[in-house]
Amino acid sequence: MSAEDVLFDMLHAEIVSYMVSKESETEDEDLSVLEHLGYSCGWRLIERITKELSRYKEELEILKFICTDFWSCVYKKQVDNLRTNHQGVYVLQDNEFRFFSKLSNGTQYLKAAPKYATFTCGLIRGALENFGIASIVTVEINTMPSCKFHINVQQSS
Amino acid sequence: MSRQSTRLDVKKVNSELFTLTYGAIVSQLMKDYENVEDVNKQLDRMGYNIGVRMVEDFLARTNSARCNDLRETADKIQYAFKMYLGITPALTNWSAAGDEFSLTFDSNPLTEFVELPDNYQNLKYSNVLCGALRGSCEMVQMDVSCWFAQDQLKGDLATELRIKFNKRLEDAIPAGED
Repeated sequence: MSAEDVLFDMLHAEIVSYMVSKESETEDEDLSVLEHLGYSCGWRLIERITKELSRYKEELEILKFICTDFWSCVYKKQVDNLRTNHQGVYVLQDNEFRFFSKLSNGTQYLKAAPKYATFTCGLIRGALENFGIASIVTVEINTMPSCKFHINVQQSS
Repeated sequence: MSRQSTRLDVKKVNSELFTLTYGAIVSQLMKDYENVEDVNKQLDRMGYNIGVRMVEDFLARTNSARCNDLRETADKIQYAFKMYLGITPALTNWSAAGDEFSLTFDSNPLTEFVELPDNYQNLKYSNVLCGALRGSCEMVQMDVSCWFAQDQLKGDLATELRIKFNKRLEDAIPAGED
């Protein structure tokens, strides 16, 4: 892991610990702010990195771009598995999610895990939004360090 | 129809992600606190927490020995900037006593894409750097003060981070032992 990656990991950890206060009453709200933070980063990042790429037409193509190029830039690896029902539901599975890889290998600390994935949910949502895809992104964690992101594309009427 | 695989510049995306994420947290702090001074303090605190842990990473990577004087420390700090942020600040303006110096940046990666609105001139946007330096020096038993003497965001030509050595921290005797 290069020095610059360490820096980002530390900043991320620091942001999470700032955002999510100990009292459980406000946690949902804190997570939503954290998600929004990720959203605005994802949105802007896509704006920057796709400006020289040609236009993507299909939804699946965009999702593939997220899983390969985008993921390997941000998380240093590709998504391990992408599944879809072809009706707007996609599941991205990362077997060694970057923010979990230093946390735990198993089910210990599972309760604390979601807050470390929330930023990424927002990042994906923001990225897709800027591609013109409105979506809802949720995360499912069974054992760390693997992680599944569920993307639910909102059909435009 | 298959698309030619698009190659992104990993390093660039990486540093932009860092810059944007930092920007997002600063703007969140501006929303959370009414007072700009509190934002500066919070940024400093976050930097401190990062610095405390980052110095471990730095020492593990570089295998560096203890510094004998502040000049050596300055060189190491310069090297750390190169490693973590990819910039090499110049070491300038040494005080006569040799206990103060400046790091001068031509460009600051944290402030790429950033402009300060006029009413936020008191915001120390990159204050996280001060905190990080203070935290990491404290872990190697040096008490230092850091502040921005010049800032490009405020119209100065360069960004100048001033560092002052206060004192050596001695190992304290654990409580209850004499």
